[in-house]
Amino acid sequence: MSDYSEIEIKTSDKKAEDLGLTKSEYQKIKKILNREPNFTELCIFSAMWSEHCSYKSSKKWLKTMNFQNSSVICGPGENAGVIDIGNGLAAVFKMESHNHPSYIDPYQGAATGVGGILRDVFTMGARPIANLNCIRFGDPSHPKTKYLIEGVVAGIGGYGNCVGIPTVGGETYFNENYNNNILVNAMTVGIVSANKIFYSKASGVGNPVIYVGSKTGRDGIHGASMASAEFDQTIESKRPTVQVGDPFTEKLLLEACLELMKSDSIVAIQDMGAAGLTSSSFEMASKGNLGIEINLDKVPQREKNMKAFELMLSESQERMLIVVKKGKEKEAEKVFLKWELPFSIIGRLTDSGNMVLYKSDKIVANLPISPLVSEAPEYDRKWKRSKHYTQNPIKKLEKLDLKKNLIQLISSPNLSSKKWVWQQYDHMVMTNTITGPGSDAAVVRIERSDSALAITTDCNPKYVFGNPKSGSKQAIAESWRNLICVGAKPIAITDCLNFGNPEKPEIMGQIVESIEGIKEATEVLNFPVISGNVSLYNETEGKSILPTPQIGAVGVINDISNIASIIWNENELIYILGKNDIELGCSAFDEIIEKTGISEPPTINLKQEKKVGSFVLNKIQEGLIKTCHDISDGGILIALAEMAINSKIGAKIDHPKLDTTPLEWWFSETQARFIVTIPKNQKAVLEKEAVTQNVPILHLGIVKGNTLQINKEMSISLQDLENHNSSWLPDYMNS
Amino acid sequence: MKAKIFITLKDDVLDPQGKAISKSLKNLGFEGISDVRQGKLIEIKIDNDNKSKVFNEIDNMCKKLLANTVVENYKIEITE
Amino acid sequence: MKVSLIIFPGSNCDNDAKIALEKLIKAKVNMVWHKETSLPKTDLIVLPGGFSYGDYLRPGSIASKSHILFDIIKNGKKGTPILGICNGFQILTEAKLLPGTLTRNIQLKFICENTYLRVVNNDTIFSSRYNNNEIINIPIAHHDGNYFAPDHTINELEDSNRIIFKYCDKDGFVTKTTNPNGSINNIAGIVNDSKNILGMMPHPERAYDPLTKNIDGTKVFTSLLDIIL
Repeated sequence: MSDYSEIEIKTSDKKAEDLGLTKSEYQKIKKILNREPNFTELCIFSAMWSEHCSYKSSKKWLKTMNFQNSSVICGPGENAGVIDIGNGLAAVFKMESHNHPSYIDPYQGAATGVGGILRDVFTMGARPIANLNCIRFGDPSHPKTKYLIEGVVAGIGGYGNCVGIPTVGGETYFNENYNNNILVNAMTVGIVSANKIFYSKASGVGNPVIYVGSKTGRDGIHGASMASAEFDQTIESKRPTVQVGDPFTEKLLLEACLELMKSDSIVAIQDMGAAGLTSSSFEMASKGNLGIEINLDKVPQREKNMKAFELMLSESQERMLIVVKKGKEKEAEKVFLKWELPFSIIGRLTDSGNMVLYKSDKIVANLPISPLVSEAPEYDRKWKRSKHYTQNPIKKLEKLDLKKNLIQLISSPNLSSKKWVWQQYDHMVMTNTITGPGSDAAVVRIERSDSALAITTDCNPKYVFGNPKSGSKQAIAESWRNLICVGAKPIAITDCLNFGNPEKPEIMGQIVESIEGIKEATEVLNFPVISGNVSLYNETEGKSILPTPQIGAVGVINDISNIASIIWNENELIYILGKNDIELGCSAFDEIIEKTGISEPPTINLKQEKKVGSFVLNKIQEGLIKTCHDISDGGILIALAEMAINSKIGAKIDHPKLDTTPLEWWFSETQARFIVTIPKNQKAVLEKEAVTQNVPILHLGIVKGNTLQINKEMSISLQDLENHNSSWLPDYMNS
Repeated sequence: MKAKIFITLKDDVLDPQGKAISKSLKNLGFEGISDVRQGKLIEIKIDNDNKSKVFNEIDNMCKKLLANTVVENYKIEITE
Repeated sequence: MKVSLIIFPGSNCDNDAKIALEKLIKAKVNMVWHKETSLPKTDLIVLPGGFSYGDYLRPGSIASKSHILFDIIKNGKKGTPILGICNGFQILTEAKLLPGTLTRNIQLKFICENTYLRVVNNDTIFSSRYNNNEIINIPIAHHDGNYFAPDHTINELEDSNRIIFKYCDKDGFVTKTTNPNGSINNIAGIVNDSKNILGMMPHPERAYDPLTKNIDGTKVFTSLLDIIL
């Protein structure tokens, strides 16, 4: 690429195609410009019109989602979404994918994923307070899986630990459909004064445009178009395009930006993420309906002889573009010098409506901003409804062995403890982590206050594959439940939609149905989407990943003295709240034990979710319930085992109807259920209130001893449970 | 002039990285490896033509910053 | 008590330490930027955790050459108490205020977890409120906490009672299996020969708040209240 001398190169259909633009897109460009674009200009179009930057396949459907409730301050369209969390504060959060780079170079790919999402949050003036990471790998037996986990986990830790933001949660998941296309979805949550939020809309003709952060190199050129193409076997040769992260510079950039934001200098600010300088400058100018002039010679450069298109497309990390008020340049410079960051005034805002780029005193690109944005392609891609499966009839197995099955499940890759992962993340720095990784939701105190945020990430891709619409509803319902489990009022979500190639109608169908499900669930639960990201073309050699609409959710705890956790106490009574049923489609039990294949996942009844969830939340806020865990993957027995292991206390379960209950009951993944425990003297209160409010309640047993005992059917010692649960991952990694 | 500084762990200091590399090489089927030690290479360009002065200067840098002589040895190579 | 809390580019536990100092010993904390050349009047110097200069070259090495270190070294030699936590400990060894060095964890991984420590010597200004051989639980979070020093230094540290904390199990046994990072003799924290400078890898500033379910680090700070000034 670097051999191109941009001025002389004539553009053509072929050249456009090489850059990922279709023939008709190229025609459209010529029409907008009324001439042939030069190579630099074509590169800019190719980046801005890539799937990654333009959302051209998904935009039509994304627009239909629910973005509003009374807490939302800023929905999608900015660097991150913002919600009001009371006391004059706002929470800023977003989740973003870094899938392809993490497959090519797991350490750097994952590290720069963390860096990018951190910048999205502090760009808005917020100090990041928590990171979460959802990582999905192929089958553990696949030869690359171990190497990928090793690198991804070290990369996430290496970056987040160094910047000093605790990584408090996330998910680690294995499935063969991710063998050649892993997922790394990073989420950051930050806190800002509600009246000190910074946006990317530029204003003020003549205001200077400042570049600050690492120097620009040739790394990551065409990253945005790479994120928009399917993988093939040449992927290894794409290695040079992966960016290298510098968490130290990120930390300096974070502190410097937050320091400058205390003064009254900044008009607009935007980080240079995908498509680097191109998309950041376009977005700022476009939102302000202004033009922008940039002198590329002024861009701090790490390598020699960089071409205009390289400077515009580079995805070198840890860089920011800032518009300051005219006359405030010195103030900005002082702050950036203190933090020893490269800094340069590279241009200014104009009223021309065009982006004009200069290099060596020549104009190297001159593009009208508004048509480039407003006429960006938007496709109504063909789609077809996904195959509808039926619920598997429950096979009455000859002999179901409760204990054996419990051990099989709790030591399986997806249900076993992920401590090996999260102990490589600093989850305690900032000293506000009340509940860290390995629980339903993380709880992070808001510094020097009595309130906290709860944060969770959820998605069960098997459910989504079985039924994209209800599976997506389930992901949202589960995140909603998980926030409630710790006593938080659920406020809003971010989503990271990971799918295959949208040009295939069945994949596009998954996307459409998934968005339908998200829309419905967020409406019924009043739990809007405030930010997100779409990652398509997650396919290798024609094989798609499982559809993975990853949800990240945030809730508010106003009084940290009334939080709940998974930890139960001796002699407490154990209850299930919610209606029990037997649904094993797409369950962990089916995957590991029955192996009947894909079928209809558990039904989602959002009204029931709302009713049971609201009841539980109320009782936690009132201080009645201190112990709570939702029933999800693996069902009741797994939930009980997780509570016992974490509490280091066992339980005696004497559910009365045991004789008539099929053993599958213990593994059913029926939704809208919680396990709670309460002190004995509260028995009457809880039972009565549940009945009054028409919430199904079932007494299961009592917290006691050092075994988990189910009537006379089964008994297992805590030590055994813990060993089976904790050993799989470290053993696998050391094998 | 250009100086290359090779920094290695002293022999009596455990080198877990070297050990990990060695294990991995053996897993890949490479035979006969008795030891792997990992170190680092630092290259410094310096505007000075006097080789012995440059050497002394670099030696000083090593003592003051580049190497931790509690655990590390260093070797300097000066090229034109 | 007046405390100088030193901030280097890349420090990230500075705020945590500040809050702990304010809450536990009502300290007046001056945040001192590494480019300063002299410290304000100070009763205690704290070097916080983090990744000063990104841990580039060696953890703590670049920070140990900062301007402010001249005055810190001067004060330390005069007897001013200095507490170095995690990266602060690494900086103290690089600055030669404490012997030995902290190398890469033996598993080559960053590790963040609560660890049991045995208070080996309570006869210092940092540990006086603990009992000797008390078993406490304080988190570690580091990539390079594997303490190394030549045999003669280790012997000297042992003989002169300058090892303050050792990693142990919940019953206080100091064994290889309870060593989280490979440190020689399970060393988690040491003092200089005049015992006014403590370096420790575990983070006491993360262990004082009942809300985070760990308060065992409190006495590292409150012990300092007993200094007769």
